[in-house]
Amino acid sequence: MGLFRRILSLGRRARMEHEIDAELHAHMAMCIDQNMAEGMSREEAERDARLRFGSPTAMRERVSAEDAALGIESLWLDVRAALRVFVKSPGFSLVVVATLTLGIGANTAIFELLDAVRLRALPVAKPNELAELRIDGGNHGLGVSDSQYANFTVPMWREVKEHHDPFSGIFAWRTGDVQVGNPNQSRRVNGLEVSGDFFSVLGIVPLQGRLIEPQDETGCQLSRVVASYSYWKSQMGGEPITAHTTILAERRSVQVLGVTPPSFFGIIVGSRFDLAYPTCTPPHPRGEVFSYSVMGRLKPGWTLERASGYLYSLSPGLFAKTAPDGYSSEELKAFKEFRLAAYAAGAGVSYLRDQYNSSLEILLAITGLVLLIACANLANLMLARASVKNREIAIRMALGASRGRILRQSLLESALLATCGALLGAGVAQPLSRILVRSLDTSGNTIQLAIMADWRVLLFAAAAAISTCLIFGTLPALRSTAAEPVASLKTGERGVAGNRERFSVQRAMVITQIAVSMVLLAGALLFVRSYRNLMTINPGIRESGITVGYFGFPSMHIKPENLAAYKRQIEDDVRAIPGIENAAATTIVPFSGASWGHTIEVGSLDGPSRFTYVSPSFFSTLGIPLLTGRNFTEGDTNDNPLVLIVNQAFLRKYVSAPSTLGIQVRVRPEPQYPARTYQIVGTIPDTKYSDLREDPPAQAFVPIAQLPVTAQGPGMGILFASRDPAAAEVAVWRMLGQQHPGIQMQFLDFQQGILDQLVGDRMMARLSGFFGVLAAVLVVVGLHGVLSYFLARRRSEIGIRMALGASRGRVVAAMLRSASLMLVVGLVAGTLLALLATREASTLLFGLKPWDPGTLVGAAALLAVVTMVASLVPSMRAARVNPIESLRAE
Amino acid sequence: MAKNDLQGALDLLILKTLSQLGSMHGYGIVMHIRRVSDELLIVEEGSLYPALHRMEQNGWVRASWAITDFGRKAKWYALTRAGREQLTSREKNWTQVVKGVDAILRFA
Repeated sequence: MGLFRRILSLGRRARMEHEIDAELHAHMAMCIDQNMAEGMSREEAERDARLRFGSPTAMRERVSAEDAALGIESLWLDVRAALRVFVKSPGFSLVVVATLTLGIGANTAIFELLDAVRLRALPVAKPNELAELRIDGGNHGLGVSDSQYANFTVPMWREVKEHHDPFSGIFAWRTGDVQVGNPNQSRRVNGLEVSGDFFSVLGIVPLQGRLIEPQDETGCQLSRVVASYSYWKSQMGGEPITAHTTILAERRSVQVLGVTPPSFFGIIVGSRFDLAYPTCTPPHPRGEVFSYSVMGRLKPGWTLERASGYLYSLSPGLFAKTAPDGYSSEELKAFKEFRLAAYAAGAGVSYLRDQYNSSLEILLAITGLVLLIACANLANLMLARASVKNREIAIRMALGASRGRILRQSLLESALLATCGALLGAGVAQPLSRILVRSLDTSGNTIQLAIMADWRVLLFAAAAAISTCLIFGTLPALRSTAAEPVASLKTGERGVAGNRERFSVQRAMVITQIAVSMVLLAGALLFVRSYRNLMTINPGIRESGITVGYFGFPSMHIKPENLAAYKRQIEDDVRAIPGIENAAATTIVPFSGASWGHTIEVGSLDGPSRFTYVSPSFFSTLGIPLLTGRNFTEGDTNDNPLVLIVNQAFLRKYVSAPSTLGIQVRVRPEPQYPARTYQIVGTIPDTKYSDLREDPPAQAFVPIAQLPVTAQGPGMGILFASRDPAAAEVAVWRMLGQQHPGIQMQFLDFQQGILDQLVGDRMMARLSGFFGVLAAVLVVVGLHGVLSYFLARRRSEIGIRMALGASRGRVVAAMLRSASLMLVVGLVAGTLLALLATREASTLLFGLKPWDPGTLVGAAALLAVVTMVASLVPSMRAARVNPIESLRAE
Repeated sequence: MAKNDLQGALDLLILKTLSQLGSMHGYGIVMHIRRVSDELLIVEEGSLYPALHRMEQNGWVRASWAITDFGRKAKWYALTRAGREQLTSREKNWTQVVKGVDAILRFA
């Protein structure tokens, strides 16, 4: 390395400088010749020439500065000089690089996540041509929606498949579980049901074999699948696909047609499909069940607006033709007024986007502010160092270095540090991002997200590095070159009071830090308290010791009229198992994400209400007390009067009479649920329904034995209470498996399911808390540094003051006064900023207003304590200044 | 010192000198300007050489080493084609500047 460097510098630079030297030397010589010709003595002639010429070194520097090639070389010289500085002060460099690594790394990590969730396009051909077809404004809860992505019923899809002028190709898809493996060891994998044109419209090229094509859309029995790359690698051993490759799925041997490329994960950003299978056309599709998501590729020349216009004019005919039977005229009218529109779908669809978009944006802002504080700290550090280097710079300027050159050198040092920080930061960003994603996993759902550093991420890291460099490097560089060389040389490092202006810049920086960390601490406290509110909220039902069991028995082919009795049998069997305290059947499990409702009429009022069909033991199992009236009994069947138990929200909304019992509630008809009239027989308090944040909605409960026969299906949910949920689960699994061969079972912990709703809040509380504490620590470090620096600069001044009779107390008081002034100004500015900033977070908070006074006072108090502690140490040190020593040193 | 304001003028002086003398070294340029302007204009070496090197970078002058009349080795500068074009445009520009400054001075 040393040899290499020497060759480099020996080459061009040495030759150029030699030439310049020779030229200037010739000039001097001619000048001397002339002087002597005019009659001066040799000494006089030389002296005169030198006087006129000035410093030869400075001159050479100025001439060579004009040379562009040399400019690049001198840049290299500056880089070497900067590296030498870093090697000489490893502690300083380490602190700076570590701070920047953390700051830039955290920012890049959050951005990488935002990029993966929101910005990145699907790994398909020309993703910007993809459009999703949806009902403008959604289906307003009409009918049944299979998933949040489902916008199309089967009849709607059939219609639009025949009329898609704006699109060169169109496809439908939905997610579904596929059971793979032997019946006794089966497990569920992520299925993706796709229409025949799915892969060809997306432009996916098979890695092995072929993908699903239109001719594969045959019967509704699963017969052929396409595996994802990861499934093929991990579950099928990556064996080549042949015409005879099969796997065991849904208890059948199923042909594997091919494998998709590694980058293709499906349409949902955040999850990955395992097996794709073709859609089928059932003989009697239900017109009220929304199950498909439909996308198309726009033809050249068609925009989203034009496509939406086409769909708008198509809609009246389409919805009139596909209107489901069994609804009241009001619902039918609403259905026929739906209008389709096209929306950009190049980035796929994602529940993560809806769920975490604002969280990620706020986190990006938080990490940005932390980086800003870190930059202010570094700027102060550089300023302090620059003033130590004042003498050196003064000497260099006196020797002829231009201001630009010194500025460049100083900026270069910062740029090198920032580059190191950015590189390391980009390196730690990916692991940090992955940890973040893992923290959002729930017991039932693992997020599958490709976290990678694409050009957007690299651009972001570079932008972060450049802006940090500008923030922490420019000011100190400008300051250090602005100093007058003569003054600096004279006062050296032991100035009496130092430059007032220079101090005020550092003060301003500490004030900024305090203000910004006030914002961060207030935000952190808000998120932590909001999380605590959610954790301690009482949902009105028993959470612990409850297991949710889902049971399916489609393979038993039980007649609809016998299903009610069979379900009661299963419930009784579960309750009879030793260790089970209580068990209740229900059509909707609270907090499961599912919901069910009907439109009702009570007197002259009408509107929606949630409807849950439960067994009589439901209320006792979940610990819900009956306020008035009676509980359901075994006698409440379809042969007897229909009865309802309602909650307080229902009463507030629909019942004004003082006595609630006996009031008639009419339910409007819809497919499978005929019009009915119920009578209220009991009332219960309000309980949370599916979201902890949501106020309890109007809820009505119906005995499960009164579920309309037409609505019976071969599946049910049972909640069972036990002391030991794990043991109970095993017991139920074994006993039911023996008593009802062929039954499918799935178990979840009820409480865990509720906690899973809060992973986003947990992440916000943890991260904002972490960064809030980090901000406070950075403030402590910054303030301590600045005060220590003031002290070092004013040591002799303090010495003089003490020699003149100032007491130690006064010295300490003076130091503390200056710290408190900064604190007060910073806190006032920070409170205003916090009030502005936390408004953005209001939708994420629960049970708190963003301007919560307690939180603001708490953050201010915390910050006050922290700054006072940080300034106490340097202040005490100031008081220990020995006047004689500090004056003697002058 | 207002370096930039005089730079245009300095470049013009050097270019004109070289066009009059054909080829000259730095010292000769200084002496020529001094003599022709009757010692009114004295170009400092500290400005001359950076200017010459800048012009060489820009391709307005080319340089070569040669012996002076008094037997000293020196770097001689001569105008290139681009340099001559530059001179013409700068001369025109200078006339404008002089006119403008004159107008300001005469304004009463």
